[in-house]
This record gives sequence, C-alpha cells and structure tokens, in this order.
Amino acid sequence: MSAEEVAGEMKKKFPEADVRIPRASRLTASVKKEVLLDVCSFLKDAGFDHLSSIAGVDRAENFEVAYFLWSYEKKILVTLKTAVQKENPRIQSVIKIWEGANWHEREAYDMFGIVFEGHPDLRRLLMPEDFVGHPLRKDFKLPEVE
Amino acid sequence: MAEMWINMGPQHPATHGLWDLRIKVDGDMILDADPQIGYIHRGIEKLGENRNYTQFIPLADRTGYASPMTWAILYVLTVEELMDIKVPPRATYIRTIAFELQRMASHLLFVYGMAENVGAMWPPLVYAYRERELLLDLFQILTGARFHFNYPRIGGVKWDIPQTFEAQTKKALDVIESKLKEYERMFDESEIFLMRTKGVAVLRKEDAIRMGVTGPTLRACGVKEDLRKSEPYMCYSDFDFGIPTGKNGDLYDRWVVRIAEIRESAKIVRQALDRIPGGAVATKVPAAVVKSVTVLDGETGYEDLCVIMAKVPKVIKPPPGEAYVRVEDSRGESAMYIISDGTERPYRIKIRSPIFCTLSALKYMMRGARVADVPPIMEGIDILLSEVDR
Repeated sequence: MSAEEVAGEMKKKFPEADVRIPRASRLTASVKKEVLLDVCSFLKDAGFDHLSSIAGVDRAENFEVAYFLWSYEKKILVTLKTAVQKENPRIQSVIKIWEGANWHEREAYDMFGIVFEGHPDLRRLLMPEDFVGHPLRKDFKLPEVE
Repeated sequence: MAEMWINMGPQHPATHGLWDLRIKVDGDMILDADPQIGYIHRGIEKLGENRNYTQFIPLADRTGYASPMTWAILYVLTVEELMDIKVPPRATYIRTIAFELQRMASHLLFVYGMAENVGAMWPPLVYAYRERELLLDLFQILTGARFHFNYPRIGGVKWDIPQTFEAQTKKALDVIESKLKEYERMFDESEIFLMRTKGVAVLRKEDAIRMGVTGPTLRACGVKEDLRKSEPYMCYSDFDFGIPTGKNGDLYDRWVVRIAEIRESAKIVRQALDRIPGGAVATKVPAAVVKSVTVLDGETGYEDLCVIMAKVPKVIKPPPGEAYVRVEDSRGESAMYIISDGTERPYRIKIRSPIFCTLSALKYMMRGARVADVPPIMEGIDILLSEVDR
C-alpha cells in the first residue's frame, strides 16, 4: 500500500480530515480531536505499528498535538495532528493503541499541561514533582526575563 | 517473602548517568520496574527556542554526550530539509564518515560499560577505551576537538578533511578490526560472561515494537530494521553493508549485534573514503541578512577557511514550515521536529531520543531478572541519560 492509497482510504473513512502528501512516502493529516482515537485505530490496523513520538506545540490560538507514525512494512511516515483548545486542554490518550505513548504523553503533560484522558499514570516526567507551570508553553516566563 | 520497592540510583557507581530505577522485588527476583528520569534535564528544547539556528549546533552536540556527532548531523539535516537545501556530495560523504566513526566510538564505549558491569574488570575495559582513543584522535584531526565537535554546518561541514585523515583512518580501522576478534575471544570464551548475559533480560519482539524500542536493542530481538536501509538518508544507499540481527533478544544478542555493527561501520567508512567525490564542502545557504565578508589575502594561509565561512550567512531564517527528520543513531531512531515561523529562531524543537523509548520498555526486560543483573541490563540498552532528559 502506498502513501496515496492510505490517503485515499483515510479520506473515504474520515471525510473531514485534511490529508496531504508533501512528498514521497510522507503523509500528513489534520483531524478533529473527537475522531482522533478512530483515526489512530484505523492507522494501527493499516500497519502503522511504530509510534515514533508525540510532540506538543503551543500555537497562537490553541495547542497542537502531533503524532509521528511509521510503518515498518509500508515504509511510510505519517504525521497526524490535532488541535486542543487552550482553556482546559484535554485529549484522549492513545496508550491503548500504542503502549509506547505512555512517556510521550507524560512529557506533553509535563511541558504543556495537556491532559490525556485514559492515561493510567499521568505524572510529571522530566520536571520535578513540585514544579509550578508548564515550561514549553510560550507564555511561560523564563526567570531572567522577569 | 514480602514484596518491596527499592530505589537504585540516582547515583550509580558505574556512572550510567543520573537516574533512579525503582524496582519491585520479592527476595532478589524483580517483579516490576519504574524508572524515574529528569535528573539532568537541561531544557534543551526550550533553550533552542531562544537561540538562532546556527547557535543550536553546539547544543545538539550536547544532547547526546556519548554520540555528539550524530546528534549535530541530525540537527543540520532537519534544518536543511526545512529550507530545502541541497548539500554538496563531498560534504555528505564527510558527514557519513564522521557519523559511522561516531557509531564505532559509541559502541566501543558500550563494550567498556558491558565489561565493567558484568564484573570483567580491567583488561577488556581498558582495551575498549584504548581502541576508542584512536577514533577520538581521528575526530581531533578532523574537527579540532575530541568531544563536542561543533563540526557540521547548515549546508555542509565546517572544513574539508585534512590530508592525513584518510591514511590515518584506514590504519585505525585495521587496528580496531583486528582487536574486535580479540574481544570476541575474550568474551565468548568466558563462561562468566555467557552465564550473566545469555537468556537474561529477554525482550520479546512484540513488546519491543509496541513500546517503540528501536536500534540495536530492537535488532537483537530479530527485527531487521535500520533506517539507513529502510529510508536511506545522506549517502547510505551508495554503500554495501549488512544489518546484524539477533535471535533471542537477550543481553548476549545486544552485545553480539553491537560488535557486528562496529564491523559494518568500518566497512562503510572504508567504502566512503575510497569513493569520496571532490568539490565544495559547504553550499551557499539562502540568507536573510547577507553580511559582506572580507576574504584575507592568500599569503596569510587563512583564505580557504574564510571562503568557506563566507558561504554560510550569519543569520538563517527558514521559511515558515516544519520538518521531521529521523536518522539511525548509535542507539536507535533519533529524530528532530523543527517548526519555523519565518523568524531567526526556531518556533519549536522537539527531540525524539531512542533511549527515552527503550527506557520506558525497561519493565518488560526487568521482569524475572535478579537484582544482581540490574547493572548489566542498564548497560545492555547502552543507556545515555543526556538524550533521555534533554
């Protein structure tokens, strides 16, 4: 299955998703967070068994969570993005689909304060337990700036 | 006997780095493991947002202190993808040579650590350091530094390889390859080593894939997966080399795979040295602010260097966009995700560390092992805390 075929099937199943192929064997898709789990299950079944990483991003109007998936068999890299509102950011955890998401989600929680619903152990990962704030947010004030 | 949690770390006598491994034990049988990390978190991702693109290269070196070259090369590859820069072939070859030499140096560090952690104290431990020294000497004549090289540049490398480099490299490779046989004899004929590694800390293939484990640890489980083959970057498609794999996914296989990888890397370096094309080692990067550079006159001898430096502008402003680039690092799949908003500073740098993911799978390796096996298991994944904590 090529990237074009995966994109075609995705568009058929999730008509609202914005699916693009920026270059050969790359696929990027933006989906609404309500259908995130469905899209992830679909991709897992399509052979994307390696979750490379999860990146939180602080965009101006909302947070973005980007999932990078790789298929060992098809050799396609998928970038799956979804937006989360800044007020009370919550999103479904994908840990049931890829168990390796555990620490990536904890890191995104630690750095951006995004809460992953259904995560069994959502604690801070890199920052100390008593740390106040989420350092990779753009509104986080660095001490020397104050 | 009652079950209890024990903290191993954050200080480790074998200098794995600062991290705390909590293990649940019944007697000396390990039932569960819960690594605590973040002790050397330096906020490299945040630091990157407050520096310009060129200033991040030394920080990329420091992301993985046992493998600085691979991280710096990964960073420049990502920025080049972001800006759509074509790198001259000679620069790509030099990068590939440096990348593989770094892999060899890093794996020799693993040999050292493994020897130390199974209790084979002096000879093998110092031998691996002795051979690694040859590689550090090579880096010194190539980059001017033995560690934290700051050598790759966006659009190429800092300077061309020196004249003596090729001959010296080939000599060093000959020595290392002959010594590898010695290591293999030393370890494979040691009953203690075999007893302490065979069948210990077995990671099943399915668990490894599910947890996102990559690199030699994954290949030791029998998965033939290497980004240099499956998604060739730089000029790996030009070379003939194999992907060593294991069968059982135990500590011994992790050892065997890495020793075999040193040989494959040597093969790549030899081929690259023989085929390296001529030409420039840096390309002109589209600049937002082009500064005029005075080229010194030829008599001073600094002319060449100045010409190269003149090609790289002082301030780089990639167009708005993003890039996610992955390479096969010494420890697995390392990746960087850089978002540009069109200014001189990256909007976001996300670093994907291979050991970060391998460490989260540690509980699957630890279950059923003995407390005395913990140090070799830690070393068996070739742990490097600076890239885990970032």
